[in-house]
Amino acid sequence: MSDFIEKDESNDGIDRRGFLKCMAWAGAGMVWAMKGGILQSRAFGSDLSGIAGADFTFVQVSDSHIGFHKGVYTDVVGTFQESVTRINALPTPPSMILHTGDLTHLSKPHEFDTVAQIMKSINTDQSFYVPGEHDYFVDNGVQFLSRFGKGTRGIGYQSFDLKGVHFIGLVNVANLSNGKTTLGELGDEQLEWLENDVADLKSSTPIVVFAHVPLWTVYEQWGWGTEDAAQALGYLRRFGSVSVLNGHIHQILQKVEGNITFHTARSTAFPQPAPGAADSPGPMKNIAAEKLKNYLGLTRVDYVEHTGMLATTDSTLAELEPATQP
Amino acid sequence: MNRIAHRIVAASVLAMVVLAGASPPTTEPTATVQIENFSFMPRELTVPAGTTVTWVNKDDVPHTATAVGDTPLFDSNALDTDDTYSFTFKQPGTFPYYCKVHPHMTGKIIVQ
Repeated sequence: MSDFIEKDESNDGIDRRGFLKCMAWAGAGMVWAMKGGILQSRAFGSDLSGIAGADFTFVQVSDSHIGFHKGVYTDVVGTFQESVTRINALPTPPSMILHTGDLTHLSKPHEFDTVAQIMKSINTDQSFYVPGEHDYFVDNGVQFLSRFGKGTRGIGYQSFDLKGVHFIGLVNVANLSNGKTTLGELGDEQLEWLENDVADLKSSTPIVVFAHVPLWTVYEQWGWGTEDAAQALGYLRRFGSVSVLNGHIHQILQKVEGNITFHTARSTAFPQPAPGAADSPGPMKNIAAEKLKNYLGLTRVDYVEHTGMLATTDSTLAELEPATQP
Repeated sequence: MNRIAHRIVAASVLAMVVLAGASPPTTEPTATVQIENFSFMPRELTVPAGTTVTWVNKDDVPHTATAVGDTPLFDSNALDTDDTYSFTFKQPGTFPYYCKVHPHMTGKIIVQ
């Protein structure tokens, strides 16, 4: 990717590629706080008192790709375990963990075993999962659903409430493997379920949606988007606070659309290039082994009930101190 | 019919051709599709009927070569790096296929 501005369409000194490049880097050590649909960012280590005293905290991990072993990415078990060490070092244990998919690389039974063992070592009350395409394409998600899909419906979607926040886990990888779509897809059955699921909720209920493939079109050429996301988001637009947490693209990207904030998390296994920055979305190849931990990480989310504010904090494995201390 | 059965039929046909005194092809035709940079190369491949096409994955991530359709004619399932998969195309026709992990990756085998 060029370091020079190629197309400065809005005359603001930054082009789309430059913006995306900045976004790909900005995640490390930034805190993103959302209030009434306005995204605020603060540098790490600055005054984070606004999110201190959270009513509860949860952590998002993503794309652990257990079973992958190529190039500098020779220890995806180790980097996943290191993420767990970071979680277990938090001053207050998180109320839960959300894993946003691609638990495994090839859906092999021993890969699922390893994921289960590592997840069990996290000091938390509960964990919830949505599958990635790597957990689904080999056997249409049969193993994933039997091992990690407890309490889910259909292809693996679910919802639950935690301390006043309504969480919705969506599955947008099932239709990829039948070749009927090149982007992620939720499908009619799941959309109908979603419409009913939120129908009776007050518009003031904070909503957190988690799904593997981004629910906005990040880069169509690489299949980084969800075909029928607009319909799902249509059911959620009346809510005052909607946070959408995704994985799949192994880098941090943010977007705000009305009261909906989109956020993608880093992988714990390997980074992928910024959209269009390489010939293909394969694992980044020019990363020095000693720099790897700058590209891997996890996301912590704090919820403060009296302000209705959700704050997401991304941290890399390279940061020495737990990234979330106020 | 499985692949071994296919081979037996092919061998029997070949034997009959030899007995009939025609000049058979010395080897069965083969062709290769490389999977590289999330692309099938060549994306479109034209071969004579009876050709065995072999896909080889040169990427760091798994791919598949899966025929389009509810009951796919061929499906490699997961091909990890350097894994190969072969399928013999007996009948003429156009056979579109895709990768189950990355369905924006598509290719076509044209059998004449």
